[in-house]
Amino acid sequence: MTAFLHHLAYDFRTGLRDKTQMLMFYLFPLFFYAMMGLLMSKVNPTFLAAMTPAMIVFAGMSSTLLALPGPVVSARENGVYRSFRINGVPAMNIVLIPMLGTILHMAICAAVIALTAGPLFGAALPLPGRELAGVGVFLATAFCLAALGMLIGVISPNTRATVLYGQALYLPSIMLSGMMIPLDMLPKVLIPAALLFPGTHSMEAFRGAVMGLPTMVSPLLAVLALLASGAIALGLSVYLFDWDSRPTGKPRAKAMAALVLLPFVAVAIWNVV
Amino acid sequence: MQSEVVLSVRNFRKTYGNLTAVDDLNFEVRRGEIYGLLGPNGAGKTSTLESLEGLRKPDGGSLNILGVDPVRQPQKLRNLIGVQLQSSGLPPMMTVEEAMQFFCAYHGVPARTDLLERLNLVEKRRGQFSLLSAGQQRRLALALAMAHRPQVLFLDEPTAGLDVPSRIELHELMAEIRANGTTILLATHDMAEAEKMADRVAILLRGRIAAEGTPAQLTAAGSGLTKISVSSEANSLRTDEIAFPAVSQRLVKDEYAVFYSSHPGQTVTAILAYLEAQGDVLVDLRVERPSLEERFLEITQAQ
Repeated sequence: MTAFLHHLAYDFRTGLRDKTQMLMFYLFPLFFYAMMGLLMSKVNPTFLAAMTPAMIVFAGMSSTLLALPGPVVSARENGVYRSFRINGVPAMNIVLIPMLGTILHMAICAAVIALTAGPLFGAALPLPGRELAGVGVFLATAFCLAALGMLIGVISPNTRATVLYGQALYLPSIMLSGMMIPLDMLPKVLIPAALLFPGTHSMEAFRGAVMGLPTMVSPLLAVLALLASGAIALGLSVYLFDWDSRPTGKPRAKAMAALVLLPFVAVAIWNVV
Repeated sequence: MQSEVVLSVRNFRKTYGNLTAVDDLNFEVRRGEIYGLLGPNGAGKTSTLESLEGLRKPDGGSLNILGVDPVRQPQKLRNLIGVQLQSSGLPPMMTVEEAMQFFCAYHGVPARTDLLERLNLVEKRRGQFSLLSAGQQRRLALALAMAHRPQVLFLDEPTAGLDVPSRIELHELMAEIRANGTTILLATHDMAEAEKMADRVAILLRGRIAAEGTPAQLTAAGSGLTKISVSSEANSLRTDEIAFPAVSQRLVKDEYAVFYSSHPGQTVTAILAYLEAQGDVLVDLRVERPSLEERFLEITQAQ
């Protein structure tokens, strides 16, 4: 087995060993999914039309924005990356492997939701023949969110800051990105703000390309925005990554990190125009 | 004939903003020796070690390990050196077995289960790093540093915080590693450890070498006074009125009369003769040459 696969296998196992990560990868999103399935299907039956993608995006955001950044900061603070550097672990592996490990956990959780939401709660299924499109949208979503989670870890000075930055994306996304309330039901003034969040683009792509529901943004454009934002976040994570027991020494790191919003801003402007 | 120089530091300088941590540092380490870097906190030991390990960029001078420049050829350096970090720097949930597989995989060598056996870690192979005792963590860090058979080993405070049996065990292991031809650069605050283990030591003060040599050379270069402690039944020595040859300083400590002598043989002979003349009976006599610790204090206080 190559060093990369050893590293990835270790990272994946840590996601199961670490109680906090286990909670955020599986227990919290699946409990929330079960609650939403039981409650919302009675309170708001229209929720079932996009329940599966909504819960997959929710689980993905918990895994990436809340669970991924903390261990990155802890490892840096405890000198783990210094010892990795001395032993020849490339910076690219340190950035990529936690992202891939998290995506694997996300995929397992997403599979559980996708396979049970219909039988358990009567959630709508993808349009026939759109399953592969669903996998594609999931991968674009997972890549973007995991890269954003890693970038939060790289630029955060401490674990408290990771919670702050993660929540700044996570909480508004739950309200605005179409997971709970369809985008077209939001007040018009909030729609440009909603389009700044990756969750919105993910939901729009799932709704349009997989579930056959009406969207405000072209699903293809939404997927491209997710991929572009993910690519910027990954590039910045590698560039800003610091081996030392302190956050990135590069100047204006936080301002640079804001560049990840550019693709979403472009789509929001395109949409308004 | 002197052994090959495997590590050299020439006019090395390291600064952090306005602070000069290391200034014009020069030393060489030969193959198979244990070279001790001693110094108080802030003396520049860690900056020197980290620069040699390729973690920091020097601001001046040159560093060379087996012909490799740590700054320009970090990839070549990785398989030549092994580093036991001060804080072991392992993920807390990584098991002993995983750590060995992980680091060996990155060095491109098979996992060294023999090292886990040698360091009594086999029973703990499924134990997570954070659940190991301090001694086990140190032994694992040492096993990982040695796993790819490096030619130069960096040990930074290897026995800090360990109990006596664990210290002795690690010292035996260090001696074994040296006997196998591995060169060791040992940074420590523990003077007894340096005196016991190191072939040569350098005392760093404010980023410069204040003294360098074998522990015996360094202690001999000090005041050279030997400490003679004597206890007798009638305490006849506990007075300032008697003069003994070659004694420059004397004091009373607990039940002992303590003399500092430049010629301990003459002094001891005179003391024994005096006791006999007084009809006093010797209870205890201790002759101690100056320790490296005392020499270290002498140098640091002088500077």
